[in-house]
Amino acid sequence: MNRLSILIVSMLVPLTTLADWEVNMPRGVSPTANAAYDLHMLIFYITVVIGIVVFGVMFYSIYHHRKSKGAKPASFHESTTVEVIWTVIPFVILVGMAIPATKTLIMMEDTRNSEITVKVTGYQWMWKYDYVEDDVSFFSKLADSSNEARQLGSKIDVNKVDNYLLNVDNEMVLPTNTKVRILLTASDVIHAWWVPEITGKKDAIPGYINELWVDIKEPGVYRGQCTELCGKDHGFMPIVVRAVPKEEYTKWVSLNQKNRVADKSK
Amino acid sequence: MSANIDHLKEEHHQPSGLMRWITTTNHKDIGSLYLWFSLLMFFVGGLMALVIRAELFQPGLQFVVPGFFNQMTTMHALIMIFGAVMPAFVGLANWQLPMMIGAPDMALPRLNNWSFWILPFAFTMLLSTLFFESGGPAAGWTLYPPLSLQGGNSMPFVIFSLHLLGASSILGAINVIATILNMRAPGMTLMKMPIFVWTWLITAFLLIASMPVLAGAITMLLTDRFYGTSFFTAAGGGDPVLFQHIFWFFGHPEVYILILPAFGIVSTIIPAFSRKKLFGYDSMVYATASIALLSFIVWAHHMFTVGMPLAGEIFFMFTTMLIAVPTGVKVFNWVATMWKGSMTFETPMLFALAFIILFTIGGFSGLMLAITPADFQYHDTYFVVAHFHYVLVPGAVFAIIAAVYYWLPKWTGKMYNETLGKIHFWMTTIFVNITFFPMHFVGLAGMPRRIPDYAVQFTDFNMIASVGAFGFGLSQLLFVYILFLTLRQPVTAADKSWEGAEGLEWTLPSPAPYHSFDTPPKVD
Amino acid sequence: MSGSSYYVPHETKWPFLATVALIVMFIGLANYMNDESNLTLTYTGLALLLLVVYGWFSYVVNESEGGLYDAQVDMSFRWGMAWFIFSEVMFFAAFFGALYYARELSLPWLAGEGTKVSTNQELWPTFENVWPSNGPANYGGDFVVMKAAGIPALNTIILLISGLTVTWAHHGLKEGKRNQLILGLLATVLLGFIFVGFQAYEYSHAYNDLNLKMTSGMYGSTFYMLTGFHGFHVTLGAIMLTVILFRCIKGHFTNENHFGFEAVAWYWHFVDVVWLGLFVFVYWL
Ligand code: HEA
Ligand code: HEA
Ligand code: CUA
Ligand SMILES: [Cu+2]
Repeated sequence: MNRLSILIVSMLVPLTTLADWEVNMPRGVSPTANAAYDLHMLIFYITVVIGIVVFGVMFYSIYHHRKSKGAKPASFHESTTVEVIWTVIPFVILVGMAIPATKTLIMMEDTRNSEITVKVTGYQWMWKYDYVEDDVSFFSKLADSSNEARQLGSKIDVNKVDNYLLNVDNEMVLPTNTKVRILLTASDVIHAWWVPEITGKKDAIPGYINELWVDIKEPGVYRGQCTELCGKDHGFMPIVVRAVPKEEYTKWVSLNQKNRVADKSK
Repeated sequence: MSANIDHLKEEHHQPSGLMRWITTTNHKDIGSLYLWFSLLMFFVGGLMALVIRAELFQPGLQFVVPGFFNQMTTMHALIMIFGAVMPAFVGLANWQLPMMIGAPDMALPRLNNWSFWILPFAFTMLLSTLFFESGGPAAGWTLYPPLSLQGGNSMPFVIFSLHLLGASSILGAINVIATILNMRAPGMTLMKMPIFVWTWLITAFLLIASMPVLAGAITMLLTDRFYGTSFFTAAGGGDPVLFQHIFWFFGHPEVYILILPAFGIVSTIIPAFSRKKLFGYDSMVYATASIALLSFIVWAHHMFTVGMPLAGEIFFMFTTMLIAVPTGVKVFNWVATMWKGSMTFETPMLFALAFIILFTIGGFSGLMLAITPADFQYHDTYFVVAHFHYVLVPGAVFAIIAAVYYWLPKWTGKMYNETLGKIHFWMTTIFVNITFFPMHFVGLAGMPRRIPDYAVQFTDFNMIASVGAFGFGLSQLLFVYILFLTLRQPVTAADKSWEGAEGLEWTLPSPAPYHSFDTPPKVD
Repeated sequence: MSGSSYYVPHETKWPFLATVALIVMFIGLANYMNDESNLTLTYTGLALLLLVVYGWFSYVVNESEGGLYDAQVDMSFRWGMAWFIFSEVMFFAAFFGALYYARELSLPWLAGEGTKVSTNQELWPTFENVWPSNGPANYGGDFVVMKAAGIPALNTIILLISGLTVTWAHHGLKEGKRNQLILGLLATVLLGFIFVGFQAYEYSHAYNDLNLKMTSGMYGSTFYMLTGFHGFHVTLGAIMLTVILFRCIKGHFTNENHFGFEAVAWYWHFVDVVWLGLFVFVYWL
């Protein structure tokens, strides 16, 4: 009930409080995510302007041309000139949007010249990461604390769980300032791999491989989720990427290679 | 029973009671059946939406298990699209088309009866799967394999019911086309038809061209599951993405099937209450046709993330963006119709105005989705959910409600209560925005769709949306109450219920006679 | 051509019964697929459906013979049939689309062409794309392709001739040459059933001798889906032609008024054209 009162209050409080709430796409930490953000804002502002113009005219008309104010209906009902104008102008605006969009798209789809390659495989319901060149390989699934809390009737307060639903047992580790190629596939059904601040999503399709590249500019922990319905636990297969400077990454790799060897010898 | 038989002998063997409705071939009876059925389905689908919204009110699972949540999402969409919105439009077509073109009835009345009666049976079959041990369909309304192939016993039932619904739509569409092309009153050339008739003609074409493709797609699902074909399996040379291509070749025209008749309704109501002729009739017709044709070459904008070749992504981005042009023409024409009109704001007009604004907002978010690199971020998040509910609920559903208010006096001879109608409008409009606007925010912030539980930072907006959904649902109870009140009144409505209304239907008495035009009116 | 004479039928029970029959049939079929029952219910539904179709059509035929339909009603039927056939075209388009996709996109991708180099390297390193293909996992084992030259070519000729005979019969009808009409129709019906017979033989040959099955990967899938649905349509068409033949013998049609005949002839031509597509894209290329 506490939440409900917060809700009611916040609905009454003016827009300023919205500043604390996330209402927009987060800015990214990679060239692709940032390019997507910029495009998003560009198109958004264009539509806002068009909206203001169109609705402006409409509300002007609603206000001034109403019967209760004594408006008499005019009789015009066509005009080739204006119709051509309002066909051409939107078209021009669209061309204006298409050019940066196409440029960005071409940039995003260029996976050449990557330094390392990681193969990511979706399973119902976890991810597997194979560092192709470095012989590191592990599964990553929802952290136990979240998994317990998310059960129906668990009685655990999810607000107290560390990164509820966005935490995993084994994080994916990537070096910063490195072009990493990610090969995506799945073993059973389609999944999709998405970490918003690093990259847009791409589907992981059984039997096929899709490619994606990321180049993380800032160290940190970035979280995402599977974004293609993949069965009952689709909502419970998060992705966590820890981006670390290159040296640290190299250390992590050798450590984990060793673990792997040790595992085998057991 | 004996009374019945006497009655039978008198009036063209007209049976009464339930048999009347089962055997009727009258376009008004069938129209009413469609409309009542659609209202029922709207509530069934809406209840499922409320299950979804109740579960999403807070993070953590409170009411349902994830598997059942997915069934609710899947069923909600199937019911709303195939059970609520499409039948409502067919119901309106049945009532209005013959009256608008000066015909006695639809061209193929027995087929008409058939296309309706398939619906209750097919939906019973579909809904019954929820009670199966292995549950109903849970792979989303898009039925993507391989996930949909994992479904339990429900799968063939779901597929057969979709086959039947498709058959019903095709038969209905054939009837609409035959009626429009063949039953117009003398003198009514194509370019003199009311715009609602035009939009339905084009919609019917979309239906006939797209529903069979869906039938093909789901038939392949069936053989993949039961007969060892490998259309959607890489190991056999197929591709899961192939299904998506075929599905969306149907699916995208389908969404315009859900909006073109709505455009027709709004294009009828705006001039009526502006007391001014529709601006740009010809360009309206061309715009509708362009939207329909374009809709067949944009399908893969639903699949930007499947890893299409770059050229494909660019092609589908461009064609999708293009649709904004003819749609814009429509919006501008509506605004120009109002310009220098003499407007009044009865309930149908209010809904039509809200339609223009809120549909346009939905169109804008659609355009954002069309930008491929940005869609990599938006795809499969609540931003998409926000987009399509804006075009479907304050879009399609508002237009249907507006049409009911607008033509109700013609159908029943009774006028609804204007004050209650206005209250209904304001509640509906406010709540629809409370429900769906916050979904843009959580979507952009990163909340995926089709999840029963979410990370805590999404809580606040989800709570707002859930409150809005329940408010919206309650407001629709008011709608039913208004209908109930109206039907209980005596017949008082004028033949022409609205000062600015135009069209042949207003030359008929209210309520309109059983066989609309026994002798065709002359149109010049 | 005025609406006042337009025939609006009064109440009817057939559509409702047809729906009941369909539902019974589909429930039976679904249960059968789920291994929950045998086909009894399906056949019950089918039998019911046939009864309804018989009843419904007899009714319409009687109305037509009773002179209730005018030229405008006739036109409605024509539009109805034409658009129905168009919907059938789109149904087949889905399967042709699947064939196209497999040959031009999915199989080349699996073989590493285009942007999907890694797909081949990582997942199917030994796969090379040669159509006909049962996919990288060699689904169903090696098989022999159905050659275009033998039965399929013969069947093409049969269907083409049947297209001519039905047109010849139509001319007979229009010119009042009753013998030509009945002979032409009879020939068409026979050719139709011969086609179906050949195809049944071809299927058993494919299953027993060529190891070409539904389960033979993408080739088997598209082959059986396309030829199967086509064969089903030929069977339907031939049955409808048979009905028309009996009606002709009964003298139902006049040289002016014979939409029933024409509708079935259209349908037959449609089946014919689809076959040509099949012959070219499934058997030949
Ligand atoms: C009635 C239904 C309807 C309608 C009309 C539309 C209209 C549009 N839709 Fe929408 N859409 C859906 C229903 C609909 N959609 C559904 C159900 C889904 C999700 C399916 C699922 O996954 O389950 C979906 C998903 C969807 C996607 C996929 C998103 C994703 O999954 O990632 C995309 C992407 O391009 C898209 C785009 C568009 C566009 C560009 C339009 C355009 O037609 C909009 C055009 C209108 C305008 C642009 C506004 C008016 C124009 C002007 C005022 C002129 C000036 C404007 C400019 C020049 C900008 N839609
Ligand atoms: C025409 C189509 C249509 C319509 C009208 C609606 C209407 C609504 N939809 Fe729908 N929706 C879809 C089409 C539609 N939707 C589609 C295609 C999907 C995608 C599915 C998929 O992912 O596969 C979807 C998915 C979808 C989701 C996402 C689910 C998920 O991703 O897991 C949500 C979540 O909030 C939602 C909510 C709603 C709500 C609250 C309404 C409301 O407008 C409903 C309002 C109606 C009522 C509430 C019923 C009326 C009242 C009563 C029953 C009386 C009782 C009421 C009270 C006591 C309050 N819908
Ligand atoms: Cu994995 Cu959704
Ligand atoms: Cu679309």
